[in-house]
Amino acid sequence: MSEILVLAEIENGTLHSTAGELLAAARKLAAELNLDVSAALFGEITEDITGEVVALGADNVYTASHPKLASNVADAHVAALEQICQQASPTAVLTAKTPLGRVVGPRLAYRMGVGVAQDCMNVTGEKISGKITVTRPVYGGNAMAAFTFTDKNPQFIVVRVKAFEALERDDSRVGRIVELDMDIADDQIKVKLIETVKEESEGVKLEDASVIVSGGRGLGGPEPFSQLEELAKMFNGAVGASRAVCDAGWLDHSYQVGLTGKTVSPDLYITVGISGASQHMAGCSSSKSIVAINKDSEANIFKEASFGVVGDWEKVLPSFTATVQELLSS
Amino acid sequence: MSINIIVCAKQVMDPETPSSAFSVDSDIKQVTPVQGIPPVVNGFCENAVEAALQIREAAGGGTVTVLSVGNEFVMDVMKKPLSMGADSMILIQDQLCENLDALGTVNVLSAAITRAGEFDLILCGQQASDWDNAHVPLGLSETLGIPCLTEAKNIEIGDDSVTVNSSRTDGYEVFEANLPALITVNNEIGEPRYPTLRGIMQASRKTPEILSLSDLGLSEDQMAPAMALSDLYIPVSEAQCEIIEGEDDADSGRLLALKLREAKII
Ligand SMILES: Cc1cc2nc3c(=O)[nH]c(=O)nc-3n(C[C@H](O)[C@H](O)[C@H](O)COP(=O)(O)OP(=O)(O)OC[C@H]3O[C@@H](n4cnc5c(N)ncnc54)[C@H](O)[C@@H]3O)c2cc1C
Ligand SMILES: Nc1ncnc2c1ncn2[C@@H]1O[C@H](COP(=O)(O)O)[C@@H](O)[C@H]1O
Repeated sequence: MSEILVLAEIENGTLHSTAGELLAAARKLAAELNLDVSAALFGEITEDITGEVVALGADNVYTASHPKLASNVADAHVAALEQICQQASPTAVLTAKTPLGRVVGPRLAYRMGVGVAQDCMNVTGEKISGKITVTRPVYGGNAMAAFTFTDKNPQFIVVRVKAFEALERDDSRVGRIVELDMDIADDQIKVKLIETVKEESEGVKLEDASVIVSGGRGLGGPEPFSQLEELAKMFNGAVGASRAVCDAGWLDHSYQVGLTGKTVSPDLYITVGISGASQHMAGCSSSKSIVAINKDSEANIFKEASFGVVGDWEKVLPSFTATVQELLSS
Repeated sequence: MSINIIVCAKQVMDPETPSSAFSVDSDIKQVTPVQGIPPVVNGFCENAVEAALQIREAAGGGTVTVLSVGNEFVMDVMKKPLSMGADSMILIQDQLCENLDALGTVNVLSAAITRAGEFDLILCGQQASDWDNAHVPLGLSETLGIPCLTEAKNIEIGDDSVTVNSSRTDGYEVFEANLPALITVNNEIGEPRYPTLRGIMQASRKTPEILSLSDLGLSEDQMAPAMALSDLYIPVSEAQCEIIEGEDDADSGRLLALKLREAKII
């Protein structure tokens, strides 16, 4: 029986949150096409991690703890995943749109001469033909495209972070664990990791915040962001920004939300002076509620928001913030 | 030291095209070009040109060659990298490239690079703003068998090696590889310079070398797509925006907060 293979990433000794999302996507495909789900686990693997991968949906787990797989150098992961593909001949390989997954999947696809689709939001298998179709945003999110793979396997699919929700952990599931002896030649590794530099912003992490107050070019400069910070703090939330803000140097690029920034899905996403370009919305459109403050009634953000004020933020925001404070303290 | 750099740059529809003007023809599954809005050099490719120029300047010599694959180039648009200071340009222009996918593009680019001769670095944009594939450069590094460094926000050239800071959501990672290598560049590397008048004059005297697929010895079957585009459509937003209007802006802000409470959002 052929299988859907998932690259389950490990970060700082724990299973990365995208692993569960990929396994959920793979289980969907596996049900549609009547296949097994397998996971590849590389690096420092514990029994807890393999157990978690099985509980989240894997039928088979291939593990390899070669020293070259300890760090996030794509070269080693491509080589290791290639060996699994040769042995297991999967129908499709799913990787997450993480810094590692979005490089490893495509590189191996080209190495094997098969197709790859980046940033997929949905995957569907057609039972009779066995064909897999993926949907993904193109043209900065202005359009959606569906692609069907040709018959050549494996089909490489890079899945957008948070596009799928992990299945509920089921500890009664049983999986087959296959420990692999990897042989990764020195000449396979062409890139060396020298250093990892963390630049954590203080406070709540953008990706974890349930309320985000995001500012755009309409704020006119870096100073107004302290007002956004004040509002965000009331909700124990975080501040985000458009790319225009980060490119102008008003805030660091780690604040950027969007297609080429962070993907967030808070309960409440408040935008101030953001036009709502498709590339920005690509990173926040799955928020539960979007609220917009913008002086241009024609701005695209009003097509995406559920509540909005057409007005000058300098006048709207202070009274909004003051009222929020009253409401939250009463 | 002298360094030879190839920059891969793509001509794309202007991504600042307003969403309201954007339309697709779902019968032929293509985006309809908007009258009066000319194409542009893809933004991240301009970042790559900027990075190449800085590296050449720091090295004190060398060449920057811009390479592009397409079916219909607008010369005034494509000459921008030359106006910025690139030395030469190779355009692979062929009708067969009209619906070229990423796999075909990789085949064409690698044939053109092999033909162009020795190089130290290939710089690419992180992704092209038309199909947002973000994998043509990855494929190119595989085909050419050279080190692949991605999402660079800083590039340092050493003797025979290169060090790159790769953007991560919570900081960056520093990678090192030997030359020749391929690097993808993003906007964090810095704004592309504006062409100077002198640059524009110099560019006007340069003629891009224009080649066809047969000049590269490529045949149509090497352009076969790896995937079939089965649908292309504009997503419909279900959001219905309720505009809150008070007596003045300040009042609207107050009412907005009350509304969010009423809707149990806060
Ligand atoms: C390949 C690619 C990737 C991209 N990735 C991203 C990304 O990840 N994230 C991202 O954000 N962008 C991204 N962009 C850029 C995106 O296309 C837009 O250019 C950007 O989002 C615009 O930012 P903005 O809304 O802050 O600025 P603008 O579009 O300039 O909008 C400013 C808004 O502020 C309003 N305004 C002005 N003054 C006031 C006032 N006093 N009161 C109230 N409102 C006011 C204006 O009406 C306007 O709507 C990308 C672009 C490309 C091509
Ligand atoms: N047709 C092309 N001609 C030249 N370079 C290209 C072409 N297509 C892609 N590239 C390069 O690959 C990068 C990423 O593009 P993509 O993978 O299509 O998103 C671009 O920024 C370019 O550097």
